[in-house]
Amino acid sequence: MLKLSKSQRVLISGILVAISFILKISIGMHIVTSIFMILAAIIAGYPILRNAIAAIRYGIVGIDALVSIAVIGAVSIGEYWEAAAVTFLFMFGDYLESRTIDKTRSSIKALLDLAPDSARVMRDGAEIEVSPDEVIKGDLVIVRPGEKIPVDGIITDGNAYINQAAITGESIPVNRTVDDDVFSGGILESGYLIIHAEKVGDDTTFARILQLVEEAQDKKAHTQKFLEKFSKYYTPAIIILALLVFIITRDLVLSLTLLVISCPGALVISTPVSIVAGIGNGAKHGVLVKGGEIMEKLGKIKVLAFDKTGTLTVGKPAVTKIKTYGIDENELLRISAIGEGYSEHPLARAVISRAEQSLGEINRRPDNADIIAGHGLKFELDGSIYFIGNRKLMNENSIDIENQEDYIKSEEEKGQTVIIVADESKVIGIISIADVVRNDAKNLIAKLKHLGIKKIIMLTGDNERAAKAISNQLGIDEYHAELLPEGKVEVLNSFADKYGISAMVGDGVNDAPALASADLGIAIGGAGTDVAMETADVVLMSDEIRMLSHAIGLSRATVRNMRQNIVFALLVAGILLTGVLFKTVNLSFGMLVHELSVLLVIVNAVRLLRYGERKNRRNIAN
Amino acid sequence: MTNKIFQLETLACPACAAKVESAVKKTKGVKEAEVLFNSSRVKFSFDESVVDTNTIKERIEKLGYKVLSEK
Repeated sequence: MLKLSKSQRVLISGILVAISFILKISIGMHIVTSIFMILAAIIAGYPILRNAIAAIRYGIVGIDALVSIAVIGAVSIGEYWEAAAVTFLFMFGDYLESRTIDKTRSSIKALLDLAPDSARVMRDGAEIEVSPDEVIKGDLVIVRPGEKIPVDGIITDGNAYINQAAITGESIPVNRTVDDDVFSGGILESGYLIIHAEKVGDDTTFARILQLVEEAQDKKAHTQKFLEKFSKYYTPAIIILALLVFIITRDLVLSLTLLVISCPGALVISTPVSIVAGIGNGAKHGVLVKGGEIMEKLGKIKVLAFDKTGTLTVGKPAVTKIKTYGIDENELLRISAIGEGYSEHPLARAVISRAEQSLGEINRRPDNADIIAGHGLKFELDGSIYFIGNRKLMNENSIDIENQEDYIKSEEEKGQTVIIVADESKVIGIISIADVVRNDAKNLIAKLKHLGIKKIIMLTGDNERAAKAISNQLGIDEYHAELLPEGKVEVLNSFADKYGISAMVGDGVNDAPALASADLGIAIGGAGTDVAMETADVVLMSDEIRMLSHAIGLSRATVRNMRQNIVFALLVAGILLTGVLFKTVNLSFGMLVHELSVLLVIVNAVRLLRYGERKNRRNIAN
Repeated sequence: MTNKIFQLETLACPACAAKVESAVKKTKGVKEAEVLFNSSRVKFSFDESVVDTNTIKERIEKLGYKVLSEK
């Protein structure tokens, strides 16, 4: 009998309780009825008593001790039905609680399951399978379709579609090829890769995410700390109350009922279950929230400051507009790209990649080229001379740009960097280049305003013109340009003094001080950048900045969920307590309500796991 | 002082966590102990000249919670 598993015990005692209930209403409190009731109480009560005794040995009086005393009390005064019902309900409740509480932790478990379990590496010219921990930095790792990437590294050969949901929360496969970075935990949907291992084992981004999430789930929220203090006073207060009731009424069963029923089970569990479900939801969507306190704060942000380059923008200049003068656009691109092939300027890269996008690879070199620092370059191609550069270059070579001046100015007003292309005598084209805004940025800013963020500002080291253009385009409230990293901190602090809780959103490269000094540091594109992952309070693993509104919404939903749980738990405790004192609630009914309230609190928290799913589906449909 | 972390079987209720925490804390030679409820772990620091990890492990297991691994 003692070797029963928990579920067998629950099942058997449940059947016995059911039989005795039927007997009780059919034949009444016959001796047979009593035997069934006592059997049920013994089977369900044995582990409770055993745990109670084990705990008492260490001087701990837990809920199981109280239940044990109450049940023994009930049996001694002949209340067998109470004894059977209470022990069964307590066991059954405990069993259901452990099953449902596992649900709240399911997203984090799911993440753990994504960890790679084997790796194929080249050793001495042969391909062998090893555990991911045995891969050494510098190894060449082979990954085939359906397999998980076991290391962080750079592709040296092959091409593949990779599902990086484990890292970024985004399950649409991305294409990666030679020289691209890949992360451990990604799953190859198709293709074939050979990867040069850069980070292995516990150093991989995926391993660090797991570690951070695991630490985060137990970092307590303010509310939780408060509740723990509260229960420190609450429990002794109930004990004193029960003692008083016993002294006054001399009713042992009543006092014990009071003790058992007022255990703050639902209250104590109300916040940790919400927090773990909230953090789990975030992890599933590629949003890492480092603990309960941060989860609480995230929804209360009043000032949100963005870094510009790499955060609101992609961080790479790209061609945004081409205007031609008496020449075909592709021809202009071809000529410019050949010339720029000689230059190493970042703007040149933008022109070349735009040209290759339309025309395919360009291998041609200019016949004769000359870089004029700060101005541009001059080159020869097929016997003609061309110039690519700024106004100064044109002026020095007596090329008239008067007719284009208005257009150039209007482009510059929009924050574009303009390069002029000319042949020996006249302008043939104007190419506008800018760091492009992320396509989800505008939508995000609108959503954030809708969420009630008081002030959205942009802090950038870039020049005034570029800052103004982007700020206008995105509808940002205020911008501060030409700031050094310390300058960002100062501006941010002044806003925080005025409006309240501040958050800084950055890519963690040149804004680490601001990320650290804000009430909340939010890093974007965290996958692969260690500094960002360590210093930020919230990490958006992917480059998709729109996840920020999910994070803020999630935080509010989590706090709301916590409050619902607390209010509900307090209400139930209050009602039960009054019911017991006025003798309208007996032990078994009180136990039923108590266990139900704990379950409801957990089930409510499980709802958080689905937060944002309906909304995302709608977004995809659009 | 040595620091150690035990991974326990899933803790279902905060009361269990509180029980384990006070059992470990009350062990002679243990300086600090914290139970991480959601990850079902016990973090503690202890004096190796007074108590060893096996004693602590036994105490937890006697309470009815299995210690799955330690690190």
